[in-house]
Amino acid sequence: MSEQSNNERVSLVVEDMAVRYGNGHAALEGASFSLEGGTICALVGVNGSGKSTLFKSIMGFVRPSRGRVRVQGLSVREALRKQIIAYVPQAEEVDWNFPVSVWDVAMMGRYGTMNFLRIPRAEDKRVVDQSLRRVGMWEYRDRQIGELSGGQKKRVFLARALAQGARLILLDEPFTGVDVTTEEAIIALLRELREEGCVVLVSTHNLGSVPEFCDRVVLLHRKVIAYGPTEEIFTESNLLAAFGGQLRHFHFEQSTIQSHDGRSVKVLTDDERPLVFGKDGHLEYKNREGREELLQKRKQEP
Amino acid sequence: MMEQWMVPFQYEYLVKAMVVCAFVGAVCGALSAMVTLKGWSLLGDALSHAVVPGVVLAHLLSWPLAVGSLISGVLAAGAMTWVKAHSRLREDAVMGVVFTTFFAIGLLGISLYPSQLDLKSIVFGNVLAIAPKDLWQVIGMGGFVALVLLLKWRDMMLFCFDEQQARVQGLNVRLLHAVFLLLLSAMAVAALMTVGALLVVAMLITPGATAYLLTNRFSRMMILSTVFGGVTSALGAYASYYVDGSTGACIVSLQALLFLLCLWWAPQHGWFAQRRREKEVAS
Repeated sequence: MSEQSNNERVSLVVEDMAVRYGNGHAALEGASFSLEGGTICALVGVNGSGKSTLFKSIMGFVRPSRGRVRVQGLSVREALRKQIIAYVPQAEEVDWNFPVSVWDVAMMGRYGTMNFLRIPRAEDKRVVDQSLRRVGMWEYRDRQIGELSGGQKKRVFLARALAQGARLILLDEPFTGVDVTTEEAIIALLRELREEGCVVLVSTHNLGSVPEFCDRVVLLHRKVIAYGPTEEIFTESNLLAAFGGQLRHFHFEQSTIQSHDGRSVKVLTDDERPLVFGKDGHLEYKNREGREELLQKRKQEP
Repeated sequence: MMEQWMVPFQYEYLVKAMVVCAFVGAVCGALSAMVTLKGWSLLGDALSHAVVPGVVLAHLLSWPLAVGSLISGVLAAGAMTWVKAHSRLREDAVMGVVFTTFFAIGLLGISLYPSQLDLKSIVFGNVLAIAPKDLWQVIGMGGFVALVLLLKWRDMMLFCFDEQQARVQGLNVRLLHAVFLLLLSAMAVAALMTVGALLVVAMLITPGATAYLLTNRFSRMMILSTVFGGVTSALGAYASYYVDGSTGACIVSLQALLFLLCLWWAPQHGWFAQRRREKEVAS
């Protein structure tokens, strides 16, 4: 039932939100942005920039001291009751030794709509089945969650969000401890959700992956430093403002790349995707699919 | 030969003790599955000592045990929350300070009214001579806890596994938290009447810890820990007749024995199984 009723386009509006904790620490001091359905948005900032506080206030765990959050025009509490919001936790937050199977975890996404005893109905089983197949974890449904690889673990929790029928999906550092192939599989799934009109909000410090799959960015440092389309927001000056001195730069004043090399460059990194700027600070994309317009424009530049 | 082992069944008080122990042990066992998974073992320990002043109060004022235990359980939980929020102490230190304070108040109460209260039966339990009115209260509390667990174990599972998800789906996490504490206090008192205040915590942890070694499924773990708690408690009461020793000590020793067996020989998570797997990987 929740699936049908939630099918309209979702929106997320954060209005001048400030959060102050009991000890007087101001985690957020006036953040505003809004997102419409059909978006993958990255929430980027250093540790302590208020990313997790922002997540917590969207989930209603902390009460803002000023401002408010509206989801699809509703208050957070109402949105939670309608199962619009789902949360995919960071790997470290989960007890992987807990005696639950892949199926059990996905079924937990249905608790909000189940009756008093939480006994699954045929419909719940069907939705869980479908969600697990969609993330490619159906074959593993009887495995205990600790026996899975990093990417499989992530997919189980995505299946739970799918089973919930949520339209606003919050992901906390989804690519930590995940290999590149799985990262791409997860990105493909997030793109599908975008096509279906969901809002996917991804908290990350992995800068390189952002231009690859996020169409929007919110740069956070206690306040929203900038937000909007990735190409406009992901500039050196904005990133410097958000990260201060915490980024490592490697600037090659001159390179030996020639036209006969096909202008190809290989960048190796031990873990995270690097963020590569070309001359004049334009973003370099590894994945060129869907960016034909941009490529055309570049070609015509003198 | 056979008659020799049937002797305890000829005594009504022993049969009664076995039945009560089995029942309390089974319910404690079910609860222990959640206590171990939630990481609340220390809290179980704290509450089992903190309910003692409640038991003393209930005896002195002839209140029902449930009322006394509820009052001291709530006070202790509240005190722990308050001290933790208003000091820079870590949780284990806070619990240690609060529960020993409560325990001391309880012991003080017992020592002040030695004619009405028996220190030994509260600290070590005295199920063999349990008064009928206490017996019914123990059964009532156990029945209440069993009913809540039977109806809401899935909610409690989600609460133990992923509190955030429970909240995101609109479950009342604060209420679940309070209910969990209430169940713990109730069972702490019920178990106190059978094995005594010192050993209550074993009843609330060991069966769950044992079951955890044997399965990867929450529902199976609940069933196993219930069975373990019930069987070890009945057997312990039975064995106490032959060794002529404390019932509580017999029960908890049996539970510890079972735990050790599983720790070594559990098919998947036992020590030998792990060794075997390591060897297979190495070769």
